[in-house]
Amino acid sequence: MSEMIPALDWQAIFVAPWTTDFSIYGWIFLMGFLVCAACGLAGNYLILRRMALVGDAISHSVLPGLAIAFLAANAWTNRQAAGEGIDLAVEPSGHGISYGFAIFMGALIAGVLTTLMIEIIHTRTRIKQDAAIGITFSTLFAFGVVLISVYADKVDLDADCVLHGEIAFVSIQPFFTIGTYQLAPSPVIRMGLVTFLTLGLMVVFYKELLVSSFDPGLASSMGINATFVHYALMCWLSVIVVSAFEAVGAILVIAMLILPGATASMLTTRFPIVLVLSLLHAAASSVLGLHLAIWLNSSAAGCMVVAGAGIFCVSWVFSPSQGILPNWLKRRRNSKCLPSAGIGTETVGES
Amino acid sequence: MKYLRLNLIGWILLLFMAALTPVHAARIGDITEISVWDQTVRFFSFKDPSLRYALTGAILLGLTCGLLGSFLVVRKLALLGDTLSHAVLPGVAAGFLWDMDKNPVAIFIGATVAGLLGSFMVTRITSTTKLKEDTALGMVLACFFGVGICLVTMIQRLPSGNKSGIDKFLFGQAASLGQSDIQLMAVVTLLTFGLVWLFYKELLTVSFDPGFAYSVMIPVAWVHHGFMLLLAFSVVIALQAVGVVLVSAMLITPAATAYLMTDRLHRMLLFACLTGMLAGIMGAFFSFLGHQLPTGPFMVLSAAVLFAVAFFFAPSHGVVIKWWTRRSRSGRVRRENTLKAVFHVLEQEKFRQEGVTLVELAELRRQTLDGTEASCLELVRLGYGTMPPGEKAFYLTPKGMRRAQTIVRNHRLWELYLTDAANYSPDHVHDDAEEIEHILGEDLVRQLERQLNFADRDPHGKPIPSAEEIISAHGTVQSSPPTATGYRKPS
Repeated sequence: MSEMIPALDWQAIFVAPWTTDFSIYGWIFLMGFLVCAACGLAGNYLILRRMALVGDAISHSVLPGLAIAFLAANAWTNRQAAGEGIDLAVEPSGHGISYGFAIFMGALIAGVLTTLMIEIIHTRTRIKQDAAIGITFSTLFAFGVVLISVYADKVDLDADCVLHGEIAFVSIQPFFTIGTYQLAPSPVIRMGLVTFLTLGLMVVFYKELLVSSFDPGLASSMGINATFVHYALMCWLSVIVVSAFEAVGAILVIAMLILPGATASMLTTRFPIVLVLSLLHAAASSVLGLHLAIWLNSSAAGCMVVAGAGIFCVSWVFSPSQGILPNWLKRRRNSKCLPSAGIGTETVGES
Repeated sequence: MKYLRLNLIGWILLLFMAALTPVHAARIGDITEISVWDQTVRFFSFKDPSLRYALTGAILLGLTCGLLGSFLVVRKLALLGDTLSHAVLPGVAAGFLWDMDKNPVAIFIGATVAGLLGSFMVTRITSTTKLKEDTALGMVLACFFGVGICLVTMIQRLPSGNKSGIDKFLFGQAASLGQSDIQLMAVVTLLTFGLVWLFYKELLTVSFDPGFAYSVMIPVAWVHHGFMLLLAFSVVIALQAVGVVLVSAMLITPAATAYLMTDRLHRMLLFACLTGMLAGIMGAFFSFLGHQLPTGPFMVLSAAVLFAVAFFFAPSHGVVIKWWTRRSRSGRVRRENTLKAVFHVLEQEKFRQEGVTLVELAELRRQTLDGTEASCLELVRLGYGTMPPGEKAFYLTPKGMRRAQTIVRNHRLWELYLTDAANYSPDHVHDDAEEIEHILGEDLVRQLERQLNFADRDPHGKPIPSAEEIISAHGTVQSSPPTATGYRKPS
């Protein structure tokens, strides 16, 4: 047991990542932050729309889209290579534009397909939405896993990594270069692009998203097509999920989608502040998670989720408006000053 | 309950089959025969002990998950099963750490505790904060899984200990089931079936009407906690074969399939068990056909195929069946409306003329002439009328006349019923009667005419075609016994 938890070496755990080993851990931190930020921002809308579990579904079901995209891009590259007489074994073409595009399309199709299947199952039969979600994503995910294991030699995915990703490999990925200047590892660039696009889309369509999330009826009276917003959100969500995939995997991404928004909504009820707080949560959980991972020599993505969960628990206990501790104190104070304890507890419980 | 007992006997027999003597050793994941056919024969000959274990395990988990999943589906708790199954992962890791080996009992206890803790956390979060249930479910699912992933990674990087098999919990490998696993699974399955059998009434009441259950002194909270405990057990025994990620599918999909097949809970339980079992067998079989294929995803896909069959072809709830009945019903309604229109035209002319012209009919139905002709031709084909060639007219046969009178009679009786018995005003009753006239059966019509004292005028003063009229309309049906139509006034 004791070998599980190494000694807490201050220098190695808290100082080294930001000084001597910055070239490795800096990228891991940045990648973690970008993933958490993009997911957290989009996740706020999921929480508002009570669709947190649709996020769960999409994060699972992008897997077959990803696998098919890999297969298609592979076949395409092979055919091209055969046409041009290039021997792939000698000169691997790597992850070119075709891979990126195929994966993007695969994610979009998977997202739309999931949303449609859930809709169809629960509107055409008497099966409720929760069961429809469960059936849809587990089936698609199983299909993805089968594809990966059948075409193991052709798909560049590891079945276990699919679940939890491997963010630590980010810093050893090939760098994206402009001219001779090495900018950043290409996954970081990709994720950064997605995160900034997310931010940009949210700023541009702030009103549409907000209104259609809170009041679809009002939205359609204002001329906003709520169904379109719903599908667009789902598509964008699957793009975010698929770009986060190799870093954090299918299941941990759910935590990154929900935790920032849930923590923020414990602390405030104003939506703009919720957005800012969820960004803060993303930063804090990636820093803390990184240190935790170095200390425990464990999966970085997993540790980021654990750190994020820790932050949520702290805000759950201490949140001024709905935390457990302040509520308990309030109730105790009330029961002291009121003659009947029952009345006091009821008012606090309702507020 | 009879079905449950039959089921019990069935799988006990299967357990005995598992005790046959081994001849060769082949496991799921190894290709031992060359062709698919040989592999199939090998699968169904049950020669290999490891295969028998895997198959027995698959059957046991299909039974348990189907049984408990049914309650989840009818209680709209399907995703609680998902959360619970992901939340067991840290418990599995902790059980593994207990003596650094794959000890089924330690893992069982650890996983059960973690699963229960997860479902407890969901309840606490939803009751103490403003967060909604879906958020709480997703959060607990992913956070527990994150903790589990951290622990599993740490275990895998440890220098010492027998680490093999811990990663098999993610996707499941039925081939790694051993005798002690099967024994554990059998005990849990027996326990589950026994408890569900004993407390069937309580579970049924709590699932469908907790308020009523509370009022008849059923301890609702205890039933719920007991059910959660059983659910955690079933998730844990399914782990090794299906894996953490896909256990929820074995809980939800067979139960949802059964939910489409029937409306009675006990039959649903039976169907869910059978579907789960079948999915288990199919999954084990398909993963046996290839090299190094995980069992869990194949079981889930098999269950999904069964679900798809039920989705399209389930009696009364299948999409295709529903579409078919709707289509044939709308065809019947269309035909009956045409017949009624013919009757109305004849009635306007006080039954002086023999047939109606298509122009008259088209005017009344506000249709095009072609459309009217098409619907008349359909009636001719079914023997309700005739259209002599060269004439643009339609003549009712006796059968058609009888049918038209029946529909008009239904319509007017219902109108009268609504005004007399339900106090509707006469100008509000037509639309309602327009729909119900196609649905009223003979029993109901008899009841209506008794209640309305065999009245012969509807609220608008039009005559209600009486039973005698329908029978003697064209004189040809008198040979059939009068009781057959059911429209007779007592003389």
